[in-house]
Amino acid sequence: MNKTPLFGRHEALGARIIDFGGWAMPVQYTNVIEEHHATRERVTLFDTCHMGEIDVSGPEALPFLQKALTRDLSPLETGQMRLSLLVNEKGGILDDLTVYRFGNDRYRLVTNASTRGKDYRWLLALREKTGYRGVDVTDRSDAIGKIDIQGPRAEGILQELVPVLLKPLTYYSFLETSLGSVPVVLSRSGYTGEDGFEVYMASEEAGRVWDILLDAGRAQGIRPAGLGARDTLRLEAGMMLYGNEMCESVTPYEVVYGWLVNIKKDFIGRDALAQQKQQGIRRKLVGFQMEDRGIARHGYQVFRDGVVIGDVTSGTFAPTLQRAVGLAFVPADCREPGTSLTIRIRKSEARATVVPLPFYRKEKKNEFYNTFI
Amino acid sequence: MAKPNPTDRRYSREHEWALIGPDGTVTVGITDYAQEMLTDIVFVELPQMGRKVRQAEAFAVVESVKSVSDIYAPVSGEIIAANTELETRPELLNQDAFGDGWIARIKMDDPSELDVLLDAAAYSEMILQESH
Repeated sequence: MNKTPLFGRHEALGARIIDFGGWAMPVQYTNVIEEHHATRERVTLFDTCHMGEIDVSGPEALPFLQKALTRDLSPLETGQMRLSLLVNEKGGILDDLTVYRFGNDRYRLVTNASTRGKDYRWLLALREKTGYRGVDVTDRSDAIGKIDIQGPRAEGILQELVPVLLKPLTYYSFLETSLGSVPVVLSRSGYTGEDGFEVYMASEEAGRVWDILLDAGRAQGIRPAGLGARDTLRLEAGMMLYGNEMCESVTPYEVVYGWLVNIKKDFIGRDALAQQKQQGIRRKLVGFQMEDRGIARHGYQVFRDGVVIGDVTSGTFAPTLQRAVGLAFVPADCREPGTSLTIRIRKSEARATVVPLPFYRKEKKNEFYNTFI
Repeated sequence: MAKPNPTDRRYSREHEWALIGPDGTVTVGITDYAQEMLTDIVFVELPQMGRKVRQAEAFAVVESVKSVSDIYAPVSGEIIAANTELETRPELLNQDAFGDGWIARIKMDDPSELDVLLDAAAYSEMILQESH
C-alpha cells in the first residue's frame, strides 16, 4: 500500500489504518463522532497528501484546459480556484477536481487520490489528440504534500503562523506564503462544510507543517481527524465522493454538478451533455433522510411499489443532524423534496423522504464567505 | 484499554458474552473489547420477542458510523427479552457493554452449549493475541 509522508505520525498517534484505494490512511484516531464534532465546533487536521496535483503550464495552458474541463475557466484570475469536471466523450465523469490559477500560463489541478493516475494519462492523451503540444503537463502528486485544516478556529491558528493577513482571503481563493519558514500554498477551501484551508507544501515538509499546526492549535483544541469524519462531514454538507456518487457512467446532470457544465464552450463531452440537457435525464441523485429507524448505506436498494427504482450511493448516521441521511439515485420523477421512498435495510423496508441539499449549512460568520464557487 | 472481562459469565469467539441468571435464562451482550473495536455505536437492531435462535446464528445488528456488524447468539433458545433502551440510547453499548448495554435474554434450549464457550481467562487470552 502507498503511504503518505505522515504515515508514521498516524501510527504514533494510535490511528486505525485502512486501505483507501491503495493508500494506507487513518480512518479515525479516537472515534469518528468526536472528530466530526471537533471539526464543526473547533478545528481539525486531515492528511490529504494522497490527493493528486497535476501542473498544466505554457502559453496554450488555458485553451487546453478549456478543452479538457467542463467549466469556463477564462474568468479565473491568478490567486483563484474553481471546482470543475473532467468528463469523457459521452459526458461521463472522469473526476471532479479543483483548478488553481498560479499565473498567466500556470495552472494546477488538484484531483482525487483514486483518479490521479487516470487523470494524468487522460490529459497526456488529450494533449496529443488536440495538438496542444506546447502545453506542459506534469504529475507532481508525489512531490507535493497537502494538509487540510478545517473548522471555525482554523483561520485564527493559521494567522499566528503566516506573515500575511488571511481575513481578506475569500472562499476559493489562495495565496503563496510561508509557514514556519516552509513555503506553502494556502487556499480557503475544503471538504467539510466548515471554514478552513487546504495547505500545500513540498512532501518532505509535510511532517514539519503537521507538527507546527498541531502545536500551534493546542490551546484551541486542535486534533487530527481521519477519513471517517471526513466522510460524515462531506456528506452532511451535501458534497459528493468520486467512486460513490460519481463514476465514468454518471454524467454531471445526473448528480448535482449541472452547474459546473458550460455547454456554450467547446470541450470534450460537450455534445453528449448538450444532448442530455435537451432530452432530460432519467435518473437523478437526491438527498434523503430516514423516517424509520435504520441507516441506509452504500449499495442498499431503493424501492417503490415493490420494484427496485434506484440505489443508495452514500449513507450514514449524521453526527451533527443526529439522524440517518444519505444520497441515492432515483428516477427523475422522484427527485422533488417530500417524495417518499422505501429503502431495503437487510430484510426490512424502511421509509425515507427526499430532502433538499445540503443537509447541513454552517452559519455564515465569515463576511467574506461566498457560496458561489 | 478495555475493561476486565467479568468472571461470572462465558464468552464466544465472536465477542459476545452470556450470563446465566438464577432462573436459568441467559442474558447476552457484546464485550467491552468488541465495543472498543466498533467505537461510536449509533444503531442497534434488536431481535424480535419469541424468535427462536440457534447457537452462532446472527440475531442482532450493531452499527457504528462506519460499520455494520452481526451479533451472534452464544446459545440456542427463544428470545424472551430485548433491551429496547438501546433503540434510543445505542451509546449504552459503548458506555457499559457488560451491564446496561445488554442486548437480549434467551431461554436456553441446551445448557451443554455453554461448554463450547470460553471462560473469562481464555477469552482475555484470545483478545490479547488478536490485538497483537
